[in-house]
Amino acid sequence: MNQIIQKGWRPAGVLILLLMIWELSSRWMGIPEWLLPAPTAILEEARAGWGAYAPHLLSTIRLTTIGFAIGSFVGLAVATLLHLIPRLREAVYPLLILSQNIPIIVLAPLLVIWFGFGVLPKLIIIVLVCFFPIAVATMDGFRQTKPEYIHYMKMAGATKRQIFRKVEWPYALPSIFSGLKISATYSVMGAVISEWLGANKGIGVYMTLASSSFRTDRVFVAIFFIMMLSLLFFLLITQIEKRVTRWKGEKAYE
Amino acid sequence: MNKLEIHGISKAFRHNQVLSDLSFHVKEKEFVSILGPSGSGKSTLFHLIGGLYEPDAGDIVLDAESIKGRKGSISYMPQSPSLLPWRTLRENVVLGAEVQGEIDKSKAEAMIQKAGLGGFEHAYPHELSGGMQQRASFIRSLLSPQSLICLDEPFSALDEFTRLEMQKWLLDTWSEHQRSILFITHNIEEALFLSDRIILLTDRPATVQQEFDVPFSRPRDPSIVLTEEFLKMKQKVHAELKVMT
Repeated sequence: MNQIIQKGWRPAGVLILLLMIWELSSRWMGIPEWLLPAPTAILEEARAGWGAYAPHLLSTIRLTTIGFAIGSFVGLAVATLLHLIPRLREAVYPLLILSQNIPIIVLAPLLVIWFGFGVLPKLIIIVLVCFFPIAVATMDGFRQTKPEYIHYMKMAGATKRQIFRKVEWPYALPSIFSGLKISATYSVMGAVISEWLGANKGIGVYMTLASSSFRTDRVFVAIFFIMMLSLLFFLLITQIEKRVTRWKGEKAYE
Repeated sequence: MNKLEIHGISKAFRHNQVLSDLSFHVKEKEFVSILGPSGSGKSTLFHLIGGLYEPDAGDIVLDAESIKGRKGSISYMPQSPSLLPWRTLRENVVLGAEVQGEIDKSKAEAMIQKAGLGGFEHAYPHELSGGMQQRASFIRSLLSPQSLICLDEPFSALDEFTRLEMQKWLLDTWSEHQRSILFITHNIEEALFLSDRIILLTDRPATVQQEFDVPFSRPRDPSIVLTEEFLKMKQKVHAELKVMT
């Protein structure tokens, strides 16, 4: 706790200062509410409007978690498959990289044409956004396994499957978690984008409604919650990582 | 009876002849050292015995059965301890046995205590000193079910003090368990102190230059390295090395 205060007071101070400048300038310079509302006004909307956006928030959280779970599973499965079958990796990996050059947002209209406005196209978008960082990080983790561990295992007569389960998989765990952390924040973004395309519920919908009616304060509330959601997801994964890789001292990778 | 027999094996990687018509044997409960200059193909020899590659010619026979290209027939202790960083000491020492599918937990426990590693059962490798890691690595090979243990320069990365201590400990532990050991080293003194027999390899392509029987009785005390007999023996081996270069 002490450490948090020690390291955190500087950025916290800057943040408070910025908020104060924002607040004072919007009051004194008479910036219209629809252009840039003051922080206090946004806060007031966040408090008063809870009942209006809580269902939206809940729907986004649900969409994000389901999408993230499927995306991670697909990412891990793809990485494992490509790692264990080198020929498949040679054939598919370049295409996988190529596929990432297609911005997801241009795919979205296609998905809507094919699958309509239901949950399915939204989940597909999140999965597409999520799985790539996980797959790449996981494959890297597998491939970076120290050759001496694998050498020992081979000399001890381990099968390919044993080497994978007992050495490569645990070795890759820290890499897997860095992939998961990136994907966790991407998944929130993916959810919001997919909601913009057409949905009846969700923070993305709330945001579109707010902006088209010039309720800029509500747009800010939405942005704030999207940020919080990403951060929360990130922290959750970090906590799980700490538990799973407890063995990891500073020198563990030497 | 011979535990291990190497019959005239040769191995080349592309156009690089590493081993050429190499033959020797290891008897039951014997401690044999392979002595040779760095890069003379000693490790390649182990990889062949371990079944990672097949020799181009010749045969490798363990307990009267060819083990050419068959992995997991020997128990192995590598140059670096290669303990898995996410496993505790206790989980690490049973790895060799685990791969073969038979773990004896109480035996592992007893060995850890005997090796002076009691109290560190739940420590991770990075929390152990270099010497402790090597002990754990040796226990791991002792706990593996295979009857021949191959050690690949296990002490070359240790400092002088730790190395002497480890050599003594290795001898004590080995005399209790009496397994056949094949030991690679480039250190003449180490080979003389530890083994019953020394096989001197030539430079690449490696073949057997000469065999020495080490006459010192067991149990050996580290002080024998200072006796005249020991020094004479060392000179003899050294002279052979000179002939080679």
